[in-house]
Amino acid sequence: MEIGLSHYLTLAAILLAIGVLGIFVNRKNIIIILMSVELILLSVNINLVAFSSFLHDLSGQVFAMLVLTVAAGEAAIGLAILVVYFRNRGSIAVEDINLMKG
Amino acid sequence: MIIQALAFYLFAAVTSAAAFLVITVRNPVHSVLFLILTFFNAAGLFILLGAEFLAMILVIVYVGAVAVLFLFVVMMLDIDFVELRQGFLNYLPMGGAIGFVLALELVLVLGANSAIAIPAGMATSPTPPMADVTNTEALGRILYTDYVYLFQTAGLVLLVAMIGAIVLTLRTREGVKRQNISQQVARTPALGMELKDVKPGQGL
Repeated sequence: MEIGLSHYLTLAAILLAIGVLGIFVNRKNIIIILMSVELILLSVNINLVAFSSFLHDLSGQVFAMLVLTVAAGEAAIGLAILVVYFRNRGSIAVEDINLMKG
Repeated sequence: MIIQALAFYLFAAVTSAAAFLVITVRNPVHSVLFLILTFFNAAGLFILLGAEFLAMILVIVYVGAVAVLFLFVVMMLDIDFVELRQGFLNYLPMGGAIGFVLALELVLVLGANSAIAIPAGMATSPTPPMADVTNTEALGRILYTDYVYLFQTAGLVLLVAMIGAIVLTLRTREGVKRQNISQQVARTPALGMELKDVKPGQGL
């Protein structure tokens, strides 16, 4: 059985749906929300690399690398904000974060 | 070809199962570990697609840096995770419905349309044959020439992220004794000593 582009796209779609579901289900736990965002970015990467491979075009892999960079930066900044927030309030409940509005 | 198909189904199954466990497992430390498993299997898929360099980068950057960062934060913050899980079942029907519809739409749109053949010669940077140039070398050849501005921008993004993370988390705490070298060097005998004239039979 030949593994085609649609197999990879289907897997990426499933991963993206799992990521979105994770954001919906774990509304109180911001660490899991950040992990769900990582899953979504991983699905984007799978899409980019699959298209790059099946269209014989390397630029998709270059863009996948840029997505990787942004994902790493996003995780670092998100967790830094989380640590500062925890230091100030002693909890990471997402509902309380709107207290930071002016 | 059958081995390739088997490997794809193995990696794909483990990736989806581990990704599902990331969002459903009770203990966040376990969900970080399942995230690592997801990334390893995605790296396997990348190798199947012929993108070895990205597979290795995925392992190094995600497993080595991002997942360990998550692990540190989960283990260092003293959080009541049972409280954070409340409402899980309340949100499940709505979230499940939206996730299912999203997945269904994407599979129907992408899975059906990808059968259309894309004409050759449309590639902006065609992949050289694998026998001549390895994936890493081919990627390096275009990354440092055609995409050099994007490469520099990626570096800038990482620099800003690093500075931002340091600025956010750095704090100067009160009551911590630190070594001040210039103060130590500037200290003279006159500053450090005091002569007292003690009278006999009396204390100070």
